[in-house]
Amino acid sequence: MSDLNTQLVEKYRNNFLQEVKDNVEEGDWVKMCMQCGVCSGSCPMGPYWDHPPQEIFMMIRANKREEVLSSNSMWMCTSCYNCIARCPRELPITHIMHGLAHYAKRLGLAPKNQPTIKFSQLFWDNLMKKGRVNELKLGLSLYFMNGFAEGVKKAWKMKDIGLGMTLTRRLNPLEILGGHGVKDQTGFQNMIKKAQELEAARIESSVKK
Amino acid sequence: MSDVVATNQTILVVGGGISGMTAALEAAETGKQVILIEKRPFIGGRVTQLYKYFPKLCHPTCGMEINQRRAKANTNLTILTLAEVSDISGTEGDYTATIKMQPRYVNDNCTACGACNEAVETEFDNDFNYNMDKRKGAYLPYNNAYPQQFVLDSRIIGTDDADKAKAACKYDAIDLDMQEETLEIKAGAVIWATGWQPFDAAKIQPYGYDRIDNVITSVEFERMMDPFGPTGGKILRPSDGKEAKDIAFIQCAGSRDRNYLRHCSRICCMASLKQSTYVREKYADEGKASIYYIDIRAIDRFEDFYQKVQDDDNVTFIKSKVANIVEDKKTGNPVLNGVNTEGYHRYSNPHELVVLAVGMEPSVDKDIFPVEIVLNNNGFIEADNKNGGIFAAGCASDALDVNRAVQNATASALRAVQVVNRVARAED
Repeated sequence: MSDLNTQLVEKYRNNFLQEVKDNVEEGDWVKMCMQCGVCSGSCPMGPYWDHPPQEIFMMIRANKREEVLSSNSMWMCTSCYNCIARCPRELPITHIMHGLAHYAKRLGLAPKNQPTIKFSQLFWDNLMKKGRVNELKLGLSLYFMNGFAEGVKKAWKMKDIGLGMTLTRRLNPLEILGGHGVKDQTGFQNMIKKAQELEAARIESSVKK
Repeated sequence: MSDVVATNQTILVVGGGISGMTAALEAAETGKQVILIEKRPFIGGRVTQLYKYFPKLCHPTCGMEINQRRAKANTNLTILTLAEVSDISGTEGDYTATIKMQPRYVNDNCTACGACNEAVETEFDNDFNYNMDKRKGAYLPYNNAYPQQFVLDSRIIGTDDADKAKAACKYDAIDLDMQEETLEIKAGAVIWATGWQPFDAAKIQPYGYDRIDNVITSVEFERMMDPFGPTGGKILRPSDGKEAKDIAFIQCAGSRDRNYLRHCSRICCMASLKQSTYVREKYADEGKASIYYIDIRAIDRFEDFYQKVQDDDNVTFIKSKVANIVEDKKTGNPVLNGVNTEGYHRYSNPHELVVLAVGMEPSVDKDIFPVEIVLNNNGFIEADNKNGGIFAAGCASDALDVNRAVQNATASALRAVQVVNRVARAED
């Protein structure tokens, strides 16, 4: 992916705003931000991340490419939609943040050891196996995300909740054997493969354009 | 009032605020017959509810008195108060307007002695003071009201209060049998000057205007400064009646926001800069004002005023649209939360009183406009040939300050005069 990154840096030299506009979902809205700051003030995660959305948008305009793409901000978004509801210019801020996160991840610039990124990957891998989320396996893989010992500890701590969920039939222990999935799994895999090809082709053509 | 004479060379002015008054007087002083109709029982509109004008910080009473004198002296001008247009039909040079007149229950014998006011008892919300206090059912809207005649609130008609008022009047000025009247008035041209209303601040939910006592609007703050206003000229917190000395102003409260009003209301920046001088006027060095803004729009010569306020150490400017306001239950102080764009610092600032610089919206709802006319997205009247002989003046055409509204009204008067001149030539 670093290859792609280099190509994009070459292409959009000194115009990160254009790069965001061309390649990031809803990225063409960034130029509409008037820096009022109501999104940043409305964000419940505000005190815990590197840069508030308003600052991210200004950094995009100021060509701070590295800082933006390696920021942890986009990964802290909980999709509460407070910012979209209040933005006086109706910017789809939540979607832009997710678009930036996705773009940073594709280029391999997203921050390392960021728990949301790890979980997102686990979720994606889990979903891709059978086209349905296997909640038992996803839960377990989340426990063991940071090593075996911590996983055992976490699983032990959560055992009563797991048992309760099993008894009220909210969790099926047999899912561990493979679990449920979509009917046409080959078709599902083909569909995802095709989508990924299309996206790769779009970015490739964007690089060459 | 059925003695109103009008022809297709008459100019009808709808709305008796500063713009309507100006247009009516300018047209009447060129020798045209003008009929000015006003919904409220007095003319002068929202300007009469202001304490001071920017940028000169003079009192609006002064200019208003000059206009009242011009109106009194001009025989070409007929003023109808408590009157509203319900329909206008016809074309340029030949309009017929249907006008509904509400009864005043007081005739021209009234000397404004105030005996009826003393006699009655029931009190109602005082809309002149944005319902911050009460007034009685027989009242003079404000001290300098023109015409200088009392009004009976229609809600006391049929009650003991109405009879008490009638009995107290020594001049036989109270006529309880007055009825609503409908008039048809001919006119060659119409000047539409229905003005603006403050945006309903309660719609901006994160600011809690409807929940937090000490969050008020800029128009209410303006009334507090009037020595004859609801607080006797003192800046008092609605929650506990204590004087507020640390006051925050929030700009763009409703304006420049696609959730509320899309347009910039133009006056609010200067209004808040002006009101920051009120805080200093009241408390000298003890008064503190904080202005939260997106950007200050003090255009052309107003820049001087802005710079003077900036030079004041007791006025702080915070470049940030406030995200929300919560109330500190212990002190009653509203606490403003947000992020400052200059440095992206998170703040949580308590103030004793918060003034929302509310935006201007047209006072006539665009969905129920009584006349066929071209309106823009914001409900203001566009200058369009399709409007024929109907011209907008002042804030019916756009969000304007008094100065620009008056210029705009004079221009409309000229356009209306041109129409009736054409009619006159055609009939010669």
